[in-house]
Amino acid sequence: MRGPSGFRTGRSRLSQFSVPWAPPRPAEHGAVARAVVSLARGVYSFAAPIVSRFPGFLLISAVIVTVILVWLHAMVFAFVDEVILAGADKANVVPTTFQWPSPSTWGLTPTVIHGLIVAGGGLAASLAGLLSYLLWPVQFGIVRDLVGLGAIVGLFNVIPIYLIWWERKVAGRIQSRLGPMRVGGWHGWSQSIADGIKLLLKEDLIPGEADTILFRLAPYLTLIPVILAFVALPFGATYIFRELDVALVFILAMLGVEVVGVILAGWASNNKWSVYGAMREACQMVSYEIPMGMALLVPVVMAGSLSLRHIGDVQAGGWFSWMVFRSPFAFVAFISYYIASLASCKRAPFDLPEAESELVAGFHTEYSGIRWSFFFFAEYAAMFVVCALATILFLGAWHSPFPLSWGDAWGDGWWARGLKGLLLSGPIWFFLKVVFLLYVQIWLRWTLPRIRLDQVLYGCVQVMLPLTMVLVLGATLWTWADLSGGSGWHWFARAWQGILGLIGALFVLGFVVIAMFGFYHRRRLVGNLVVDALPGS
Amino acid sequence: MKILVLFGLLLGHCGATAQAQDTPPAHHRQGVVDAAVPGGTLDALLFYGVGGAAMLSAVGVCVTRNIVRMAVWLFVALGSVATLYFLLAANFLGAIQLIVYAGGTLVLLIFGVMLTSKSPWVRFDTSLLERLAAGVVCLALFVVLCIVLTGTVWSRPQGLVLGTALVDLGRRLLTTYLVPFEVAGVLLMIVMVGAAHLARQEK
Repeated sequence: MRGPSGFRTGRSRLSQFSVPWAPPRPAEHGAVARAVVSLARGVYSFAAPIVSRFPGFLLISAVIVTVILVWLHAMVFAFVDEVILAGADKANVVPTTFQWPSPSTWGLTPTVIHGLIVAGGGLAASLAGLLSYLLWPVQFGIVRDLVGLGAIVGLFNVIPIYLIWWERKVAGRIQSRLGPMRVGGWHGWSQSIADGIKLLLKEDLIPGEADTILFRLAPYLTLIPVILAFVALPFGATYIFRELDVALVFILAMLGVEVVGVILAGWASNNKWSVYGAMREACQMVSYEIPMGMALLVPVVMAGSLSLRHIGDVQAGGWFSWMVFRSPFAFVAFISYYIASLASCKRAPFDLPEAESELVAGFHTEYSGIRWSFFFFAEYAAMFVVCALATILFLGAWHSPFPLSWGDAWGDGWWARGLKGLLLSGPIWFFLKVVFLLYVQIWLRWTLPRIRLDQVLYGCVQVMLPLTMVLVLGATLWTWADLSGGSGWHWFARAWQGILGLIGALFVLGFVVIAMFGFYHRRRLVGNLVVDALPGS
Repeated sequence: MKILVLFGLLLGHCGATAQAQDTPPAHHRQGVVDAAVPGGTLDALLFYGVGGAAMLSAVGVCVTRNIVRMAVWLFVALGSVATLYFLLAANFLGAIQLIVYAGGTLVLLIFGVMLTSKSPWVRFDTSLLERLAAGVVCLALFVVLCIVLTGTVWSRPQGLVLGTALVDLGRRLLTTYLVPFEVAGVLLMIVMVGAAHLARQEK
């Protein structure tokens, strides 16, 4: 069905604008839709007063509850691993086979689990009766996989929503504006959620001359590879959905495949601006993939592995053992990887594929509604993946800047393990570092102007590519010397490690000092009007 | 041992512990190794499903006339073959397949179409002679493949351990197969120089 302006509309009935003098139309919805609407209304009228009264408190407590929930799962999985599965292995208990229709005879029966928990002793033994039934499903890998999938999909949804909100807040502050302030009460914290609902309800538009099938397919081809990248991404030493021995190559492959969706979107739109955006994306991605991969080879050569978990574990032991400070080549490789990753995520100053001032909106000019939002979900999630790779490969992964040996004195009780996970290494540290790198990405976007396409390609082919080649060669020689060098070389390498570590510390210190300087002189730098009008600045 | 097989087929690694430095329990690791050996029901279902998708999309590549849609079919075919590699525990091969073909070659293909096409929807038109020649070549390839497939004695990999395969591959590429590896590299280099020479503007 074609609409008035040559657009094919998703629904057969054309939408009508309601005007004040038009007679009220009868409800078009079925019983289910009405029930959902009334339920949503009920939830809203109940929750809205509470949310608007304590928004900041609720947001912070939601974060804390999420962290506790994740830890609870980790504890339960660890308990099942150590006490039940390892215990059954040790006692040589063979699980009974599946007999329909009674699923309780599939796997270890609750009675066996009860015995194993009691044998394990401790606090759990006194609760064994209850735990044996509660933990029965957790013995199956498929149940854990479902929990893990839920976590990944949830994270994939939450990251872009809050990253977009945060980007708008930072952009506002950089430009002396407020940014979103209204929705949700506390600094517009639910602005992105409201936007998401708006995008869901928008009219489904496909240009009349577009290649309909490819136009519909392209957003999914962009979205799905990024979700798949999360599958192999470790958030902590044991917070991995699937530990692949080639996790790094797999994630790079997923980031590369994502481009296909973007190019198809531009092509299928049958619009000059879209095709220009897609062509820019294609040539930018294909060229920057090479220096990006080369820069990532440096930590791979130094750690001797492609498994992200192994590369992360190598960097345990505090600030100076982080990969970026191990050799000058790694230090430069980190910077060049970060620049190349900006180009691969289409972030400013490399945001040519969607240059608003030249190409309307680039490859997604013709997209609207939920399909448009898919592109943004993919872009922001890819930003997270790219920063996570930088963190894992260069910045000590999930390890804190403090050496692990500090934790030896605390013993090995469950609370000591929890404390070590909180203070010395764990997903919280990982997220802190990733969030810092994401902040730098946003900061750069609102600071630097966009560069021309020929400058982008010059920077890749003539600067980055030779530089990263030299880096790979240097890192290889450095590693060879590490493996075969004498005590003189080790002393030399240690000295470099110390110098680079101090330079890194100076970077962080300088960042903090500049931020503090700006804060104390805010009245002089941005003016009284802004300071008095912007809450919390 | 039965428990290992059962869990290996079902589970992966989302088991997590609160302590970071913990290595996963031994049986957990072995579970993954067992899962790498094909033969379970789930594996078989996935294998036939993905293999069917690969074949269908290959047919799609041949049948489609719109060149960009053909590229999309090719993308599905390459992705399915990569998935087959992952199913057969050749993780490195699968990831490289995706990087090189899906993320590199295919992007360049579509890029080339965008640069050179004169009309919005480029179409292939083949003559009868071309179709006949292609048919004869395909038939010959099919016959040869059938002969090879029926003549091969298939053996199951014994004691496959993940992780070491990659190290082994790298070592062999730089020792036993160094000459073929380097020759392939030189060949690609020659192709690149030749392409740059052809594309150079005459003065």
